[in-house]
Amino acid sequence: MHIMEGFLPSPWWQIWFIVAIPFLVLGLYQLKKLFAEKRETIPLLAVAGAFVFVLSSLKLPSVNGSCSHPTGTGLSAILFGPFITSILALIVLLYQAIFLAHGGLTTLGANVFSMGISGPIVAYALYVAGKKASLNTFVNVFIAATVADLFTYVVTAGQLALAFPAPAAQGGLLGSFSAFLVIFALTQVPLAIIEGVIIALVFKYIIDVRPDILVKLNVLTQNTVNRIREAAS
Amino acid sequence: MKYKAEIIAGIVILAFAIIFLLTNASIQQNLAEGEEAWGGADGQAAEIIESSGYEPWISPVWEPPSGEIESLFFSLQAAIGALIIGYFFGYYRSRQAAS
Repeated sequence: MHIMEGFLPSPWWQIWFIVAIPFLVLGLYQLKKLFAEKRETIPLLAVAGAFVFVLSSLKLPSVNGSCSHPTGTGLSAILFGPFITSILALIVLLYQAIFLAHGGLTTLGANVFSMGISGPIVAYALYVAGKKASLNTFVNVFIAATVADLFTYVVTAGQLALAFPAPAAQGGLLGSFSAFLVIFALTQVPLAIIEGVIIALVFKYIIDVRPDILVKLNVLTQNTVNRIREAAS
Repeated sequence: MKYKAEIIAGIVILAFAIIFLLTNASIQQNLAEGEEAWGGADGQAAEIIESSGYEPWISPVWEPPSGEIESLFFSLQAAIGALIIGYFFGYYRSRQAAS
């Protein structure tokens, strides 16, 4: 989903910065509050951030002969919400833009929006809805993380289509959107499934070691934790 | 069952690997001389854009000078992440064992 340096013309790269900045400010504010009020959750925040680091460094081969990478933002979105996740994504994208020339500084706004904001918002919304519908927790986490990963790539395709609409004869905006969608989203389907499975697995380990933090973050209720632990023993 | 999640994850990853091996075999057969499969999706999108005549208006400040150095930074990224995950899970696990 990385839009490479220089591949968004003016005014699009400025627009995506303007769109992304309010979310990042809100994320910083929530982060400050988390540091002040729920200090015991900080190690888990580090784990969620580290998870984005690991997963977004793995370029995996997909079924159609090209490679792409998972985003890993689903875990942090479920645990800490989409706004704090946008800060974690910003850190990873900065690292990749500076050291790897992967993504870019001018396209940072657009990339933060797709990976750090739109995907995590979908993950969070799906997770909360699934929790309300009392869906099995692991199935819920899997669906939220998988769809979030896919959605990130749909957004990237949309961003590129907006900046580079095809000539009207080739279908215009929709034509270029579907062209980019084929490249990004199709490649991403199997990788999104892998990401969902891995995040569900890590979620199980978090329930194993620190269920109290999940209750404190309002991710799970005490009843759900008790039920899962009973089923596991 | 205690290890249900691990078993499901193992099966999914195994299926992924098998599908890769099968598609790779058919892709390699149809590949023309000098062509390379399994490029990045990011690069393919860039190619489409460049084929429309667009020139990137700015290039990265610094680019890894070779594929080896690029993979160094990617491995470093994964290693930093894995270190943090392992450290804190170990910390939680041992505290849980002690209490």
